[in-house]
Amino acid sequence: MIEIKDLHKSYKMGSNSLHVLKGINFTAQSGELVAIMGSSGSGKSTLLNILGMLDGADNGEYILDGVPIKDLTETKAAQYRNKFLGFIFQSFNLINYKSALENVALPLYYQKVGRKERQVKALNYLERVGLKEWATHLPSELSGGQKQRVAIARAMAAEPKVLLADEPTGALDSKTSYEVMDLIQKINDEGNTILVVTHEEDIAHMCKRIVHLKDGVIVEDKKIEQVRAEQYV
Amino acid sequence: MWLFDKDLWIEIFHTLGKNMFRTFLTMLGVIFAMIILILLLGSANGMSNGFNKVFAGTASNSLFIWGQSTSEPYKGFERGRRIRYKIEDADILRKQIPEIEVLAPRIELGSHRDVVTVYRDGRKSGSSVYGDYPEIDNITKKKLVEGRFLNKTDIENSKKICVIGEETYKLLFDKGENAIGQDIRINGVFFTVVGIYKPNNNINIDGENAVFIPFTTFQKAFNTGDRMGWMAIAVEPNTKVPVVENQIKTILKTKYDIHPDDERAIGSFDMSEIFNNITGFTDVLKGFSFFVGIFTLLAGVIAISNILLITVKERTKEIGVRRALGATPRTVKRQIVVEAIVLTAFAGLIGFAISVGILGLLNSMFGSGDDFPFVNPMVSIPQFLISFLLMVGLSVLIGLIPANKAVKVRPIEALREE
Repeated sequence: MIEIKDLHKSYKMGSNSLHVLKGINFTAQSGELVAIMGSSGSGKSTLLNILGMLDGADNGEYILDGVPIKDLTETKAAQYRNKFLGFIFQSFNLINYKSALENVALPLYYQKVGRKERQVKALNYLERVGLKEWATHLPSELSGGQKQRVAIARAMAAEPKVLLADEPTGALDSKTSYEVMDLIQKINDEGNTILVVTHEEDIAHMCKRIVHLKDGVIVEDKKIEQVRAEQYV
Repeated sequence: MWLFDKDLWIEIFHTLGKNMFRTFLTMLGVIFAMIILILLLGSANGMSNGFNKVFAGTASNSLFIWGQSTSEPYKGFERGRRIRYKIEDADILRKQIPEIEVLAPRIELGSHRDVVTVYRDGRKSGSSVYGDYPEIDNITKKKLVEGRFLNKTDIENSKKICVIGEETYKLLFDKGENAIGQDIRINGVFFTVVGIYKPNNNINIDGENAVFIPFTTFQKAFNTGDRMGWMAIAVEPNTKVPVVENQIKTILKTKYDIHPDDERAIGSFDMSEIFNNITGFTDVLKGFSFFVGIFTLLAGVIAISNILLITVKERTKEIGVRRALGATPRTVKRQIVVEAIVLTAFAGLIGFAISVGILGLLNSMFGSGDDFPFVNPMVSIPQFLISFLLMVGLSVLIGLIPANKAVKVRPIEALREE
């Protein structure tokens, strides 16, 4: 599903160049649930941004579902993001003046799905994250866990190939974190490919594979025994 | 077609509606600009209409010719000779210059604007006394209060009748007294009043206190023979008055042995010049209003752009999220430009409605008054359409500034912003 070969990325900081990713090789199969770990500055966010087509790599190959991702125009990148990827952010990034339902329907709007169909689909996804009753509420009326569940529903609404979660539990207390991870695990159980960037050990161990990044290279890549979040909820 | 994309409109009204107060403040600049533009244009139109009303009743394409004294010796004549026209000149000019539409000869008791004492029942009035042809009414229209003006039969039969001005009536008659059929006495001759006119207080060539009697009657009563004092001439609509004026002068100069370069011997007054001056004035006024209005409008639209820039800054994160979710740069741009258009157009319409109301109010206050040239101050549909389209056009151009700023924001940077 995801294939990365010898990925390099550096940032210019004035006259200095900061080499952030120094040759990353990585593949993820369909249906995997991968945790990407690393301390801050290890390059994990940069990697996620490149995977999310929010940023381009300097060197290397990135193939997503058989499509080479290279030299994208902003328009093309937007279309690919919409088609291939679902984003889950640490700070939820819901649009605060839109109801939960409208937030979930937004990617479908950009897919030019008709209004009626959009509403039905969005409601369906809200139901799957257990927030059907909250459809008409604004984000400000929801708790942090609920917001993240709306965000997950939004990420899934466009039926992407891969879900990218950037510290999805970073802003949540541990009980809510486990609830969110439980949801992510269940979505993964249905066969969805999910990449989770986190620095929390317990969250990482709820995935099926952990990739450790340090100073721009992968230092460890291991399959693990998944800890189910259900038991903590 | 994006224009009919219901979702786009829902998105836009959602965005604008979430902060009504700011939206309203944003629109205020354009509302005021539109009010100023429409008020200026409307007032200029009202003024133009007002002047037209003032001049209604006076043929704009007309001139007046009278005799003065020569200033150059010529063909054995000394300078300072008084030029006196004869009634036959009227026919000569009519025949030789086909562009003349109406030529009304006139004769006056005494010299120009001299007054003659008019008596009635022991009362008297110092009035101008004119001998006229009915055609004069086609050049300077009289507002008749009572009775009628001179007519053809009066001329043919040299009837001893007269039409008097309201001022004359006030001096010779009691208030409310019926003057029609009453006699007045001028230089010992009695004339029967057949009409009273109101001094046309707009353009007044005849004086305010005047008595009109038929030209032929005048000739007999005051023994003026074939003399003619002056001529009021209306030329055909598409002819330039100065051209005809020159032709007339050439003919008269030849006939009366006046030196070709003598500018003083023939007195003339070109009415069209005044009209042209005033039309020019109101045109400049209109142009100026448009100019001022458009720049005010530009300022208003720039204010909208400014607020949208701030909005874009505030919404950086939202725009980033939208782009992460698949909004193309075009979609983002379009939304902001359409927001600018909607704000401007809506504000423009509000301003238009308000200013039309104000103009209506002004019209009801001043529009009917005779003494103030301000009639029906309104903007024409083309004027409104031009202003409106210009405004929308400006808003598109200026909306592109914040729109471009919005798409320059890279989603990754937008998302990083907390």
